[in-house]
Amino acid sequence: MPIGIFMFLAAFAIIAGFGVIMQRNPVHCVLALALVLIDLGVLFMGLDAVTLGFLQIIVYVGAIMVLFLFVIWLLNIQADPGAGRHLGLKLFGSIAAAALAAEFAAIIVHAPKIREIRTLPADFGTVAALARSLFSDYLVAFEVTSVLLLAAIVGAIALARKVSAPLVLVTPALSRDVSTPASSASDPAAHRKSA
Amino acid sequence: MTIELVIGAVKAIVMVLLVLGLTTMMLWFERKGAALIQDRVGANRADIFGIGKRFGMPNFGIINTVLADPIKMFTKEDFVPDGADRFLHWLAPFLALFPVLITFAVAPMGDVLQIGSHTIDLQPANLNVAALYLLATIGIGVYGIALGGWASNNRWALLGGIRASAQMISYEIAMSLAIIAVVVSYGTLDLQQMCRLQGGVWFGFLPRWGILLQPVSFIILLIAGMAESKRVPFDLPEGESELVAGYFTEYSGGKQAVFMMTDFAEVLLVSVLIVTFFFGGWQVPWLARDGFHFPGGGHLGLPNLVVAMLEFVAFWVKVVIFCCFQILIRWTLPRFRYDQLMRLGWKGLVPLGLLNLVVTAFVVVVAGGK
Repeated sequence: MPIGIFMFLAAFAIIAGFGVIMQRNPVHCVLALALVLIDLGVLFMGLDAVTLGFLQIIVYVGAIMVLFLFVIWLLNIQADPGAGRHLGLKLFGSIAAAALAAEFAAIIVHAPKIREIRTLPADFGTVAALARSLFSDYLVAFEVTSVLLLAAIVGAIALARKVSAPLVLVTPALSRDVSTPASSASDPAAHRKSA
Repeated sequence: MTIELVIGAVKAIVMVLLVLGLTTMMLWFERKGAALIQDRVGANRADIFGIGKRFGMPNFGIINTVLADPIKMFTKEDFVPDGADRFLHWLAPFLALFPVLITFAVAPMGDVLQIGSHTIDLQPANLNVAALYLLATIGIGVYGIALGGWASNNRWALLGGIRASAQMISYEIAMSLAIIAVVVSYGTLDLQQMCRLQGGVWFGFLPRWGILLQPVSFIILLIAGMAESKRVPFDLPEGESELVAGYFTEYSGGKQAVFMMTDFAEVLLVSVLIVTFFFGGWQVPWLARDGFHFPGGGHLGLPNLVVAMLEFVAFWVKVVIFCCFQILIRWTLPRFRYDQLMRLGWKGLVPLGLLNLVVTAFVVVVAGGK
């Protein structure tokens, strides 16, 4: 990839990243994050990891960011009028930012010099190469991750699913006996009777 | 170098013009098709300075739908509701249309065309991971719809947007499973390569088309594709009787026209995908690069230019046939209920797609043995 295009994409990612943290409206923040992720996907493609770039866009932009939007809408999160009261958050945020900055500094210091970078194998970034390494070198990690994701899905469904109260036929005579608040609240007829 | 750029530009322009032209023509198909199915006349009024009438030409309403309606829509007031997010309200229609249009970049319109010393691959962008590209662009398509619903500051619109994103994400999974099964059976992600692999014949006469290889995938892709285009019977996001007009309730004029165009472009896209994956793409039965090879043993040699033209025309004819088929379904079936929609997607198509994928992979491994 020409260095000019790389610089442009990198700068764009940073600007969009600022968009994520500096805007008040959470929907705008999510959109900026989606921009960052698309930009990273294009960067991957430019650096010959074409498959990974497209997977990044399919998974993160096409699915995960849409779920973020969903959560924002379902929880009805409004634009933040401005922090200032959350001193604890600020403190925690500063510490986390400092730790991240230190980590980045360490990575940049130890990054290989341009001269030291080896040439890539011919099939680098193809679907076949990616699949081969996933299903041979990283097989255990890959399968464990799959099981973990499956467990997370099952857990999410178990948490989200409403446990329905056993069906009780409510007749006027019976409704007085229904004493547990859960069942009387779930049945409007019983609720009206008891009120 | 320069000539390559020119060739690339011409391919892209031809594709874009064809897609936009066909999308507009589909408005006409839709209206006249609906009239035909509902046993009425349909659009038949507009004329230019009475020319058609003076020469006694039958009026098929093409001027109505292709010329008069767009002019009307684009000259209407472009209203932005109070309290709307003005920037996103403006951006959303284009964000919806753009991913659909760029997906056509990988649609192969023909095999190769020889002009002088140049061999032109009749695919606007030859991408060796085209199937992934498709899934990525289709995935991004959700944003325009969802944001259009949100930015309008309207309950109905927001509900429509949320429904649309839930529906599109759900059916994308079934769609991906169908496409993956196709990819496994062809062994390539390159759409042009897939079309080439569908050349030749089985048993001496049967064209080697994907529908015979992956019938289950075809059904899944057809249903999921129709759900992606958000039209009846999957028009929950814009159900008029429930949500006014769904995510584009608060849109008017040109921006609403862009949303409408997105729907039609998606219909076209689904047809292109189905034709490419299952109906040989640009393949004409028994036509090879050097001409026809008939089952009886006859051979009709044709120059490359004629072969390329035949393939090009065959591809678009097949696409139009599937567009008409979708319009036929759209005017035949009633709308699903929301729980039926989700049940069909998650309990019907996704398990079927998984099963199909497993069987396909098993057969490929056993039969391939490479």
